Amino acid sequence: MFDDFFGKFSRAFLENNFSGLRLMADGLKNTILITLGALLLGVILGTILAVAKVLPTKNIFNKILAGIANVYIAVFRGTPVVVQLLLFYFGICAKIDIDPVLAAVICLGMNSGAYVAEIIRSGILAVDHGQMEAGRSLGLTYSTTLIRIVLPQAIKNILPALGNELIALIKETSVVSFITVVDITKVAGNIIAKTYEPFVPYLFLALIYLVIVLFATWLVGILERRMRQSDQR
Amino acid sequence: MISVKNLTKSFGKINVLCGIDYEIHAGEVIAVVGPSGSGKSTFLRCLNLLEEPTSGEIYFKNEQINTKKCDINQVRTKMGMVFQQFNLFPHLTVQQNITLAPVKLGRMTQEEADERALELLERIGLKEKANAYPIQLSGGQKQRIAIVRALAMDPEVMLFDEPTSALDPEMVGEVLAVMKDLAKAKMTMVVVTHEMGFAREVADRILFLDGGKIVEEAPPEEFFSSPKSPRLQDFLSKVL
Repeated sequence: MFDDFFGKFSRAFLENNFSGLRLMADGLKNTILITLGALLLGVILGTILAVAKVLPTKNIFNKILAGIANVYIAVFRGTPVVVQLLLFYFGICAKIDIDPVLAAVICLGMNSGAYVAEIIRSGILAVDHGQMEAGRSLGLTYSTTLIRIVLPQAIKNILPALGNELIALIKETSVVSFITVVDITKVAGNIIAKTYEPFVPYLFLALIYLVIVLFATWLVGILERRMRQSDQR
Repeated sequence: MISVKNLTKSFGKINVLCGIDYEIHAGEVIAVVGPSGSGKSTFLRCLNLLEEPTSGEIYFKNEQINTKKCDINQVRTKMGMVFQQFNLFPHLTVQQNITLAPVKLGRMTQEEADERALELLERIGLKEKANAYPIQLSGGQKQRIAIVRALAMDPEVMLFDEPTSALDPEMVGEVLAVMKDLAKAKMTMVVVTHEMGFAREVADRILFLDGGKIVEEAPPEEFFSSPKSPRLQDFLSKVL
C-alpha cells in the first residue's frame, strides 16, 4: 500500500508540470464555490422557512405559509440530495442552458435550507417567550422584535448545530459530479483513470476535505466566542 | 385614562376573567392584589393586549384598543410594562436595552437616546453599569433597569406585573423605591403585587380580584381596616 508512495504521488500530481495539482486546484475552486453559495442560500432559505413556521397562526395567510414551509421541508429532507440534483439538472433544467456549478449551488442550497430551517426553528423556540413580550410591550413590531431580539439569541444558541450543517454541506458537495461538475472528488477520479493507482489520490482527497472541515470548524469557533461575549459574568 | 368594560378572557374552557369593569384615571396608582390564579396578571396583560381579550372593550384615552382598526404598537409605546422575570435582552448591554426601542421607533437618534439612557441610569444610580450585560447584574439592578427601559419611551402609563416577586428579599426595597419615586412624579401606574406594604403606602386604590372578578375595591385605609367581603377578610388574614 505504502510502497513507492512518493512515486505514486508524483505520478498522480506532480508530473507534466504539476498538472494533477493544477486540476485539483480547479476542482477545489468549484468545491469551495458550491459550498459557500449553498451555505448562503441555505441560511437565507432556512431563516425564511423557520420564521414561516413559528409565526402565530392567527390568520389564514400565516397558516398557508406554515403549510408551504412544512411541505418544502418534508420534500427536501425526504429525498436523497443526489436524486434532487439529477432531477433538477437533467429534468427541470433540461431545456435551459444552466451552468452545472450554479445548478449545484441552487440544489444543495435548497436542500440545506430544509435542515437549517429546523435548526433555526429550534433556536427560536428556545428563546424565552418573555423576550418577545418585552419587545412588543415597548411598541416594537413583531418583525422588529424577531429580527433584533429573538433571532440574535437564537443564532447564538444554534451555532454549534449550524456548524454541523456546514460540515455536512462541505462533504455533500462530493456528489456534484453526478451533474458534470468537476469538483475535487471528480478530479481525483479523473487522475486515477490515467494512473490506475487509486490509493494516493483518494488519500490526498480525504486530506483536503479534512483540512477544509477543520478550517470551517475553526471559523465557527471564532464566531461562537464572539457571540458569547454577553455570557461573561 | 384606561377604561375596561365587561372584559372576559378564557383559555380554552377555563374562564380566567369573568366580566371586569374598571376605570383608571391619569395620575392614579392602582394596586391589584388577589390569590394566585385570580386573574390579576391576565387582567394587567389585557390592558396592553399582550393577552387578547375574549370579549369586552378596553379604551385607552377614549380610543378602543382591542379592535382591528387600532394600531396596538402605537398604543404600547405609551404604556410601559415591567415583568416579573425582568425580560431584559441578554445579548444587549444595559444601554442598548434602553435605547433600542426609542431609536428603532424613530423617537430619537442614537446619540439622543444614549444621552437619555445615561440620564435615566444616573437617576437610579446605575450609570456605571451602562456597558454591562444583564447577566452581570443582580436581580434588583435588572428590574430597575427594566423600569428605566420602559421609561425611555416616555410612557403615560406604567404596568407592573409582580415586579418584586422574583427578587431576593433584600433587593425588593430598591425596586419599590424607584416605583415610589415614579408615583410621586404622578405617573399613572397599575401594579399587580403581593407587597401589601407597598400597596398600603403608595396606591390610591386597591383592587382585590378573585375568581376573575373584582371582589372589592377601596382606598388603602379602608381596604385594610374594614374589608367588606368575607373573601377579602380571609385573604388579608392570611397575608398580613
